[in-house]
Amino acid sequence: MIKLAKYLKPYRVKAIIAPIFKLIEAIFELIVPIVMKMIIDKGITENLGIDYILKMGGILVLLSVVGLCSSLVCQTLASIVSQGYGTIVRNELFKHIQTFSHKEIDKFGSATLITRITNDVNQIQTGVAMLIRLVVRAPFLVIGATIMACTIHLKISLIFVCTALLLSIVIYFIMSRSVPYFKNVQNQLDVATTITSENLSGTRVIRAFSRQNTEEKRFNEACTSLNKASVNVGKISALLNPITYMIVNIAIVFILWFGGNEVVFNTTLTKGDIVALVNYMTQILLALLVLANLVVIFTKASASGYRINEIFDTKPSLSMGKDDIKENNEAVITFKNVSFSYNDNKLLDNKLALENINFEIYKGQTIGIIGATGSGKSTLVQLLSHLYDVTKGEILLYGKNIKEINNDELRNYIGIVPQKTVLFQGTIEENLRWRKEDATDEELWQALEIAQAKEFVQKYEKGLKEEVVAGGKNFSGGQKQRLTIARALVGNPHILIMDDSASALDFVTDAALRKAIKNDLSDMIVIIVSQRTSSIKNCDLILCLDDGKLVGKGTHQELLQSSEIYHKIYQSQFKEEGVNNE
Amino acid sequence: MNNPKNKSSIKASTFKRLMHYTKPHIGYLIIALIFSIISVASMLYVPIVTGNAIDFIDELYLEHSQGLTINFNDLIPFLIKIVISSIIYGITQWLMNLLTNIASNKTIQDIREDAFHKMLYVPLSYIDHNSHGDIISRIINDVDYISTGLLQGFTQLFTGIITIIGTILFMLFTNIALTIVVVVLTPLSLFVASFIAKHIHKMYEAQGKAMGELTGIIEEYVGNEKIVKTFHQEQKGIDKFKEVNNELKKWGVKAQIYSAYTNPCTRFVNGIVYAAVGVIGAIVIFYNKDSSVVQFNKVLNYILFKSSFTVGALTCFLSYANQYTKPFNEISNVVNELQNAFTGAGRVFKLIDEESEIDLGKQSLDANGKVSLQNVSFSYFDNQTLIENFNLNIHPGERVAIVGPTGCGKTTLINLLMRFYDVKKGQILVDDIDITNLKRSELRKNYGMVLQDTWLFTGTVRENIAYGKPDATLEEIIKASKLAHCHNFIEKLPQGYDTMVSDNEAISQGQKQLLCIARIMLMIPPMLILDEATSSIDTLTEIQIQDAFQTMMKGRTSFIIAHRLSTIKNADIILVMNNGNIIEQGTHQELLKMHGFYYQLYNSQFEE
Repeated sequence: MIKLAKYLKPYRVKAIIAPIFKLIEAIFELIVPIVMKMIIDKGITENLGIDYILKMGGILVLLSVVGLCSSLVCQTLASIVSQGYGTIVRNELFKHIQTFSHKEIDKFGSATLITRITNDVNQIQTGVAMLIRLVVRAPFLVIGATIMACTIHLKISLIFVCTALLLSIVIYFIMSRSVPYFKNVQNQLDVATTITSENLSGTRVIRAFSRQNTEEKRFNEACTSLNKASVNVGKISALLNPITYMIVNIAIVFILWFGGNEVVFNTTLTKGDIVALVNYMTQILLALLVLANLVVIFTKASASGYRINEIFDTKPSLSMGKDDIKENNEAVITFKNVSFSYNDNKLLDNKLALENINFEIYKGQTIGIIGATGSGKSTLVQLLSHLYDVTKGEILLYGKNIKEINNDELRNYIGIVPQKTVLFQGTIEENLRWRKEDATDEELWQALEIAQAKEFVQKYEKGLKEEVVAGGKNFSGGQKQRLTIARALVGNPHILIMDDSASALDFVTDAALRKAIKNDLSDMIVIIVSQRTSSIKNCDLILCLDDGKLVGKGTHQELLQSSEIYHKIYQSQFKEEGVNNE
Repeated sequence: MNNPKNKSSIKASTFKRLMHYTKPHIGYLIIALIFSIISVASMLYVPIVTGNAIDFIDELYLEHSQGLTINFNDLIPFLIKIVISSIIYGITQWLMNLLTNIASNKTIQDIREDAFHKMLYVPLSYIDHNSHGDIISRIINDVDYISTGLLQGFTQLFTGIITIIGTILFMLFTNIALTIVVVVLTPLSLFVASFIAKHIHKMYEAQGKAMGELTGIIEEYVGNEKIVKTFHQEQKGIDKFKEVNNELKKWGVKAQIYSAYTNPCTRFVNGIVYAAVGVIGAIVIFYNKDSSVVQFNKVLNYILFKSSFTVGALTCFLSYANQYTKPFNEISNVVNELQNAFTGAGRVFKLIDEESEIDLGKQSLDANGKVSLQNVSFSYFDNQTLIENFNLNIHPGERVAIVGPTGCGKTTLINLLMRFYDVKKGQILVDDIDITNLKRSELRKNYGMVLQDTWLFTGTVRENIAYGKPDATLEEIIKASKLAHCHNFIEKLPQGYDTMVSDNEAISQGQKQLLCIARIMLMIPPMLILDEATSSIDTLTEIQIQDAFQTMMKGRTSFIIAHRLSTIKNADIILVMNNGNIIEQGTHQELLKMHGFYYQLYNSQFEE
């Protein structure tokens, strides 16, 4: 929580002024019992009369008005501060998450990240507001009331001191006890959410297997644990209010006993004093009862703060270079003894995703990467666009380690068509301009044409301005894939990576696409990741991967001779195709 | 649609539904309410005793100053009363909270479970056409609102009302005039609160909308982080986020300021009441001492001075005046929460009220595998035509392949076969039984289905493979895994078959698909549906799996969807689909001879 306090900085002044106004209100509130005591002692007992009583009444009203005004100022400031604070934390969180590499995002999962930016920030935002508005008030009143009690009677005020101490111990104890329980509730809720989400994504499979009953049982068990956790937390946090009440009333009993003694035997106290003292106790009680309701808010906020800090404390594992790309005559891309493991823990490092990969790519080459599922094809291209740092060895671009190159610059140099076709909410045009913001319509159409998407985009009444809904759900899989290809082509990247990106295309489109790329983009380095030998067999260089190792490197003809695995893949596909290609 | 009458009737029915869910746990609530009455009574009793004690002290003081002997210990009974009342209050208050908590948690558990149950049996079109995030938030968040708002709110409301009534009664008992002062002035705070509540609603709505937009942005940019990165669009995302975030702030500040004003306003009213009680009370006492000071008419005289009014009574009144606005405050808070809860409840009940899949069929089935479609028409939306008047007869053991360009409606056919969707016209027969006469589960258990979109649930590898046959032995599971060629990689996992996996785990798409195939290999149902079942698997493994499929499909009717035509050309019948219609059908050789769409499609594979 303390770590998150730094985001309050822009609102520092307001955050300090607001409680001051709260303090003013509390002071006026504390004067009230004194005025009342004067009404009783002077107005009634000493017979100062109705005029005096009315005058004092006027003062009471005035105190209320001033109290109201300062309180309104405080509330306004508190709202501005807390909302502004929440806004900053959200911005910073989102910005921080944007620096994460996939490793970190994977660790959290995007669902959790969403809840943390929205719900958790809301919780601490409410926490800040309550801190300014109400929490400050309670200690003010407790301390203030104790001080006022001192001015009335020093010995009796000892009761106030003891009460205040006892109450703070009780509050601390209950709060610290309930925090772990609240966390437990949150965890149980997460479990229920996960099950629900799984059941939505797997609805077809669940129904196909008629496993609704088991799923329901699973969910109901989660609900039962959640229920238990919630009731447990209630048992503890509901103690605060009754215990506070009992302590304060016992304190009142002491005031009556010792105060009464003073009144009767020593006359160091008046009737009005007793009334005022009881009043102060009641004020403490009321302030603390409000606080009791806040305990829930704060335990939630502190749990949320913990979860938010967890994100801030996660440092992106990716190195950030600063250098620009300088083209020269060296190989454009060099992989030098590259090994990579997704697992950070070196002890578990028996499984390398990529092992000792070496190759070079020169200007204008077309590269094919082929291999079995899980052989490391996608990993390889992701290393190339520096989504991960290599574990061993180095990747060089024009002889320079890509770790030293500015990531933005590097990624701008590369156009990538990812395996997963994703479009973003907006228009086709906006999606296409991702690589180059100021691309002309002409450039866009050109890219669409190469990507075999021109035809269907033209059919839309709005053309390039056709809307793309979230996730691109208003396009078919093939259309989406063609648009993502076009997106990568806009702005003529120097290197084009197609990560198995023709999988949703039928063969007609796939073939036309390959032809267009070959004809129109001859300067570009094109890297095609595929499982089909037919897609890559005309490449200048084919890299054949098997279980993370580079087992073949050469042209199609060379590999047929030299690589057993490539030969096998080719055979498996060609045999069938060939036989029927009569 | 939006007239207020309709809205209130929706509210009324929502309330009725909630009551229905509360009914089984009403016992807890009733006891809670009884405790609440006891706790309010003991709470209100304390100021009276305190007042009496102060008066008693005053008496003792007077007697003592007159030189009379007094016994100060006579004060003790008063003090004991205060302590006992406090303890009773504490215990009943705690029990009340506990019971309400139990009742509300039990109630929302029931609601949540019902909502989840509905989600499992709702027609698939509901799940396909509604955002998953929205459904999740109905089942999780909205139900939570019910718990905090309605149930706990309800006891707060009840306690509040009891406190108000109780206070009025106790006050009337002591002094009528002051009671009138308090009763007339305090509702001012209610008025303020309701004024604020009315205005705040609009702001909450705008705030909620901005929050939704923000979530959308996070979902897009975080969920697709790799793509965002490779196109270095991070800054654009941050800017977009900032913009919406500022909008959220704008409304958030407004809403919060408004809601934050409630408290000071009611406290102000409180202060005024306090002053009024203090002044008038003092005047009454003063007048009692010296009745010549003021002259009122007879009635007023009676009301004001009927009972003897003392300083102790005034203390009691003052502390009532202090506490009296508290329930009003709470009630106005509850009103806010109630509104949230009603909206939430309405949304959950809307899900619960969705029609379940009609499952009137009673017959069971052990299919031979004869499937026929007779004059089948289907479309997802009424104004659209997709499949029309479609006929197909498949003999047991035949292999049916469905091909066609992307988005041509191949999956639709599977939706119909599995009865994920019902046909609009015509009928589908399995073993000459209309599938609507079958229990859905009976129909589905006869199909083994592997989809392109793999699905694993959070659990061990073993549990995931045994999904269709939970009582399978480890030997059976290993055998199936070997057939699906995933045994090797499972063995390499940290805990082998007991490794926990979930949908977003770091195992590859292809490996997931293998696990899904192993699931089917374990069951060996009479009919098979393979929808791009091997799309993420490399060709080598695929060929091996195909062999396993071949063995498995022997004598079993199977439906295969694949892009790679090589994998399906051995099919007994190939359906070529385009734009939702079946445009050609026949064997591979027949179709090639037709020189039609299939011919084109097939040859494009070899085009250079």
